[in-house]
Amino acid sequence: MEARMAASESRLPLANIWIAFITFALAAFMGLYQVAERSGLFPKIEIIELYFRSVSSHGVIMGYVLTTFFIMGFGYWVASSSLKIPLWGGKKLGWLGFLISLGGTAMAAIMLFTGKASIMYTFYPPLKANPLFYIGAAFLVVGSWVWCLQMVMTMNVWKKQNPGVPVPLSMYGMTANAILWFITSLGVSSEVLFQLIPWSLGWIDTIDVGLARTLFSWTLHAIVYFWLIPAYIAFYTLVPKAAGGKLFSDEFSRISILMLLVFSLPIGMHHLYVDPFQSAGWKFVHMIGTFMVAVPTLITGFTVIASMEVAGRLRGGKGLFGWIKALNWSNPMVLAGGLSLLMLTVGGWGGVVNASYSMDVAVHNTQWITGHFHLIFAGTTVIMYFAIAYYMWPSLTGKPLFSKKMALAQLWLWFIGMLILTLPWHILGLIGQPRRIGVPPYSAEFTAPWEPYLILMFTGGVILFFSALLLIINLLFSHLKRKSSERPVMEYAQALHPSLKMPTLLNGFGFWTAVIAVYMVASYGYPILQFFLMETHGTFPWSI
Amino acid sequence: MHVDGTEKKWVILSFLMAFAMMGILTAYAINYNIRPPSNVETVDSNALHLTKEFAEDNLGLKVLADGTVTVTMVAARYGFYPQNLKVPSDTSIKFRLASADVLHGVHTAGTNMNTMVVPGYVSELTTTFPHVGKFPMFCNEYCGLGHDYMWSRLIVVPKDQFTLPAPQGGAQ
Repeated sequence: MEARMAASESRLPLANIWIAFITFALAAFMGLYQVAERSGLFPKIEIIELYFRSVSSHGVIMGYVLTTFFIMGFGYWVASSSLKIPLWGGKKLGWLGFLISLGGTAMAAIMLFTGKASIMYTFYPPLKANPLFYIGAAFLVVGSWVWCLQMVMTMNVWKKQNPGVPVPLSMYGMTANAILWFITSLGVSSEVLFQLIPWSLGWIDTIDVGLARTLFSWTLHAIVYFWLIPAYIAFYTLVPKAAGGKLFSDEFSRISILMLLVFSLPIGMHHLYVDPFQSAGWKFVHMIGTFMVAVPTLITGFTVIASMEVAGRLRGGKGLFGWIKALNWSNPMVLAGGLSLLMLTVGGWGGVVNASYSMDVAVHNTQWITGHFHLIFAGTTVIMYFAIAYYMWPSLTGKPLFSKKMALAQLWLWFIGMLILTLPWHILGLIGQPRRIGVPPYSAEFTAPWEPYLILMFTGGVILFFSALLLIINLLFSHLKRKSSERPVMEYAQALHPSLKMPTLLNGFGFWTAVIAVYMVASYGYPILQFFLMETHGTFPWSI
Repeated sequence: MHVDGTEKKWVILSFLMAFAMMGILTAYAINYNIRPPSNVETVDSNALHLTKEFAEDNLGLKVLADGTVTVTMVAARYGFYPQNLKVPSDTSIKFRLASADVLHGVHTAGTNMNTMVVPGYVSELTTTFPHVGKFPMFCNEYCGLGHDYMWSRLIVVPKDQFTLPAPQGGAQ
């Protein structure tokens, strides 16, 4: 009975996750093409129109499609496996959201693939794409709002049925992420709905690029935490379980999630550090917030490493570092957790440079930035998506994983490939290579020092593509297996000191949502309002 | 609610690290005036040729009446104008840039010259070039299919070998 219920509950998360990984495979292939083009080794494929078409598609898919669908799928499965109650609004509502997002994705993808939207995932007005691209992107976001609503409401229903009982940490984190995504997506949604769509359709003649970029910056930083929080949920609730230990602290996990929620939202203006139209004072305010957001990440690092130490010692590890050796590194979740933390450490260090009010000019818009976010997002975050998929797959599909060895090899290759790709990118940025170029005809006196790093970059890209293929093969072969195993239950780590009662502030979001509202108005109110108070000159659309 | 002793120390340390970084950046901003380039000033990018400042014959290096060395530049697909710029070393130079079309960015690696050039707004930054030599000014923001071709040269000449033009009357 329960197995049949799990089978019917699993279809919606599975559909979401398959869309995520199918589009991921496509975008991974584009990534391979881009490093090949950019390496300068293959003059025949240096077709600039194709290159920028590919870069735009790669960015939109990896940043918006892979993430949104994966997180929706993971969220639906966490909701049903941790709360064990039916989804608020029913599965049909979930399917409706899925179809809206999928339709929007298809619309945007057709425009991207046919070269009618080669304007990067950051939209970059006054470059103009076909209106269907913006409309498709809007549908993708609107569909995900259905998911946000279902996460929040399902948690509320569960709380009413279980008064005084702490919400399971996995669902608490997932709901925080739904709230985070809803609020952060309001910035880009306003830009798309009130500026880009009417402007691209010709209903309004000009666009205020300063306002558009400010609204986009509202979304641009917190969206990174929307992508990252699922990885943190895995750090807190899945890695300790897979390692055979316990979560070090439930309370501090919640505190870090709440700090991420509050601090990550009003700091997007560090993406505008070198934009003229916001004064240095506002950039300073957002710089302070940006450094505050480092705190929950540092706390998370402690909690995860402490939880892993508990597991290592339970397995007989002794001494200061002996517990590391004692850990079960042949478990994909444990391995991914370790590799992810390593990449987070290196990438976080680079992030401090970008976040710095004064140092950013040395690296802004250089390849350093591309290196930074590939390390933090494609490395730290996406490697956890892989591990989450491997972890959920038996409970989602009712079939055992096709090959654990292949999974381990895939994670190692992703880690190694990502380092070979991104470390040279950091150096290229420092010696002056701009991001988002193909093979530019600059004078050789400036580009000669780039060459060894370009070869490394290409090598990293090939390894990553191979790793992406292993992921898809493993998940697909598992799913297609005839023999069904007994469907295992999705298991979450228990806290070392389980709390029977949780302070109200750590068990809900009402108060925090109000704090965010005030903080957002304080940090984005005037910077947005100023465009309506001064005389601005709009810009007409330009084709690429 | 359970709080572990070591964890508490780590949380305090985390806050201290964040505050230390904010403190260092604040000190640099106040003491050395090291700030990201900011300038809330609008311009009609559709009619740059009609503005006095960004008209074609007014671009390049000049000395204002108050002695400020200023470089006025226009970013337009696909180049920065003037295309070859000579400046003196060890001199504080104020750059003012406007876009004639779409979004651009200008960056000279190894210097503090890095700003976006946004249509509708005037970018301004003041910097000093201590090193003599040839530098590239790359467009570092995607501006269309010719983006790869958008770059100019910056030549920094020793200060004592550079003759500044006579100061112009009036402000910018």
